[in-house]
Amino acid sequence: MASLIGFYSLFFSLGCSILILLFSFKNLKNTTNFDNKLLSLTFLQLVFIILSFFGLIIAFINSDFSNSTVFNHSHTTKPLFYKISGTWGNHEGSLLLWLLVLTLFIFLFLISSKKQPKKYRVLTLLFQQIIIIGFLIFLIQTSNPFAQIYPVPSEGLGLNPILQDPALAIHPPILYLGYVGSSIIFSSVLAASSTNYISKEWAKHIKQWILISWIFLTLGILLGSIWAYYELGWGGFWFWDPVENVSLMPWLALTTLFHCVLVLEKKLLLTSWVVILSIATFTLSMSGTFLVRSGILNSVHTFANDPERGLYILIFLFILIFLSLIVFFFFHKTDGRNKITFFWLSKETSILINNWFMMYFLAVVLIGTTYPIFLDVLSSQKISVGPPFYHKLIVPFLIPFLLAMAIGPKLNWIKSDLQNKFHLLLLLAISLLLSFLIIRILEISFLFNTILFTSAFYLFFITLRDFFIKGFKNLAQNIAHFGFSLLILSILLNNFLSNEVITNLKIGETYRSDELTINFEKIEKIKRQNFEAIIGKFNVKKDDGIVEILKPELRIYNQPNIVTSEADIKTNLLSDKFITMNLVQNQEYFNIRYQIKPFMIWIWFSVIIISFGGFFSLFKKKYEK
Amino acid sequence: MDFLVFLKKNMKNKILIPFTAISFLFIFFILYEGLNRSNVYTPETVTNKKIPKFKVKVFDSEKEITSKEIFENDIHYLLNIWASWCIPCRDEHPYLMELKRNKKLEIVGLNYKDKIKNAKNFLDELNNPYTLILSDVDGTVAIEWGAYGVPETFLIYNGKIIKKIIGPMNEKLFKEIEKAIK
Repeated sequence: MASLIGFYSLFFSLGCSILILLFSFKNLKNTTNFDNKLLSLTFLQLVFIILSFFGLIIAFINSDFSNSTVFNHSHTTKPLFYKISGTWGNHEGSLLLWLLVLTLFIFLFLISSKKQPKKYRVLTLLFQQIIIIGFLIFLIQTSNPFAQIYPVPSEGLGLNPILQDPALAIHPPILYLGYVGSSIIFSSVLAASSTNYISKEWAKHIKQWILISWIFLTLGILLGSIWAYYELGWGGFWFWDPVENVSLMPWLALTTLFHCVLVLEKKLLLTSWVVILSIATFTLSMSGTFLVRSGILNSVHTFANDPERGLYILIFLFILIFLSLIVFFFFHKTDGRNKITFFWLSKETSILINNWFMMYFLAVVLIGTTYPIFLDVLSSQKISVGPPFYHKLIVPFLIPFLLAMAIGPKLNWIKSDLQNKFHLLLLLAISLLLSFLIIRILEISFLFNTILFTSAFYLFFITLRDFFIKGFKNLAQNIAHFGFSLLILSILLNNFLSNEVITNLKIGETYRSDELTINFEKIEKIKRQNFEAIIGKFNVKKDDGIVEILKPELRIYNQPNIVTSEADIKTNLLSDKFITMNLVQNQEYFNIRYQIKPFMIWIWFSVIIISFGGFFSLFKKKYEK
Repeated sequence: MDFLVFLKKNMKNKILIPFTAISFLFIFFILYEGLNRSNVYTPETVTNKKIPKFKVKVFDSEKEITSKEIFENDIHYLLNIWASWCIPCRDEHPYLMELKRNKKLEIVGLNYKDKIKNAKNFLDELNNPYTLILSDVDGTVAIEWGAYGVPETFLIYNGKIIKKIIGPMNEKLFKEIEKAIK
């Protein structure tokens, strides 16, 4: 029943879309006021999508296996929480969630933009409806979440155990709010371009939407990263997996866009940057969907591969690109507003410099992710691009990037000089000294690392100083930049200080090395709702005599029948102790992996600080000098 | 000077629009083609390329050995680049164990960027298919061979590479190797 309501709601909301299109065209021609019918219809559409979404959730809660999505991704013995989160833990359901966010955001946009020009609002709605219609047809045609199975199976196939995790249950909704939030920016920029409304007022109004998407995208990526860290058990925070990359690319574009919009709001400069980046952000989000869902790339995220779906998204994606290019080339006017040249030492120049760096990072990630496809098609060679590629191309350029991030905000708009900037040099000297000492203690290769540490510390100290000197002035920017310096420092220290022991142990055995002993005390078996757990007990004794007890698990899930390994992680402020155990086939010993990961929590924490900076900016009245 | 504005002003209609259109058409074509291809590694066959000359340390000892000494006999050799941290290596391991039984073939392992202890554990866990293991701690020997990554396998006869497999071995490739040896 719930499935049926859900299914028909999709058609009703498609009907709403068509009515909205009709009334929009009428509204554009005739009246001077915004037609309130459009608002009601948008609300109605949202209600239908919510109905549809809840229809699917209810089908999952009731384990209604006549629905093929439920059959493929759920099971009666699953805990209620994961039955619900299973709704968006699959291709069909996640697309429905995507639609929900699309319709929710356009509704929120309409009720919050009443002060904006009528024509601009109607056009934004129109462009957004094109996206919504595209996704509705995609959903109904190729990925119907309400497809029926007859005869009704008595039991479902179950949800992939690695997806049965609290972080992953909220990761997709948060990430989608970010991804799909960029659709509003896309529609809005096309509308503003075609009505020649790219102005300071527009910048001020769209800035809020950019920030909202940016905050959710940042937190969404963070959640995914935390999940990969403890659930996949690889013991790192970023693997340059294609799926991670496709979420990083819109993030880079969005971050750059935000900085450009600040310049636009203040000085009415960089309009072309803003238009192109707004288009790029959403296009990159869509490309991400294409790359992941079509199965064109190998990745840890295995959604069903279906060339038909891939083809549909590909065509839809290129229609959107085509549409936005037409708007950009034929409607977007620069009418001489950009003629003011930049003085070399000014805030806008430093933002422009950082833009180019961001574009460079974006290009590296884009090429690394898509190059294998191009090479395969053009020359039938198979390659995979791994972390060394990204590290070699990105890390060196972090140095000038960090320095520009430190100095840029100190400069004035239009033109500045370097009087009274003695403290800049002083802090640079301190950073250099500190880095020098750290490099000496760590005994790592000298020159490059010293410069890298110095630039990170420099940003760290400059932002730290500003908290005390400037107080609430520029606080949001300062928080975000401070968070970024902390992130880079944590990553560097984590990278250099990580330590790992891999060994095979039988129950009762002890591993000894100079620094620590690992004693495998015992195992216990525990039966849970939908899996059986084998819990190992390990006593890890360090050379300073402190004993820590770690309890990694092996979980044997009943449906589908999969064994997963759950890491046990002891976290404190300075480092994470990470242990996993794995069964070795036909042997009585277990494979044990023990890792010391310094400053892990600081990596997560600094990303939270960065997004908090964005959050703070959202509630700030005006961007100051 | 805003570069994009410069571009737009000067070359908008003549160059930029056709150029953008063609680039996007090209990208569309590539992605469309890419959709129809499988994304699994396929073997690349190199015939009759001479093996590189090199000197290398034997695994877990200080002894050095040259390429000539390794491949001196008149039989087939299989050079397999592997590492304990490499997950696909685990997948192809049973095939190597199977090939070990073939008396006309000797399997030489090149342990790539690995810790000796971890590598030993790996072999203890999954058994040792190699008659000789070479140690390539910094990965330079693999570069000499033109390897793309781990795992990678070369079939060698009479000082020449007669077959090269990028990525893990599978049933099909395993049979091809058996056929080549006969």
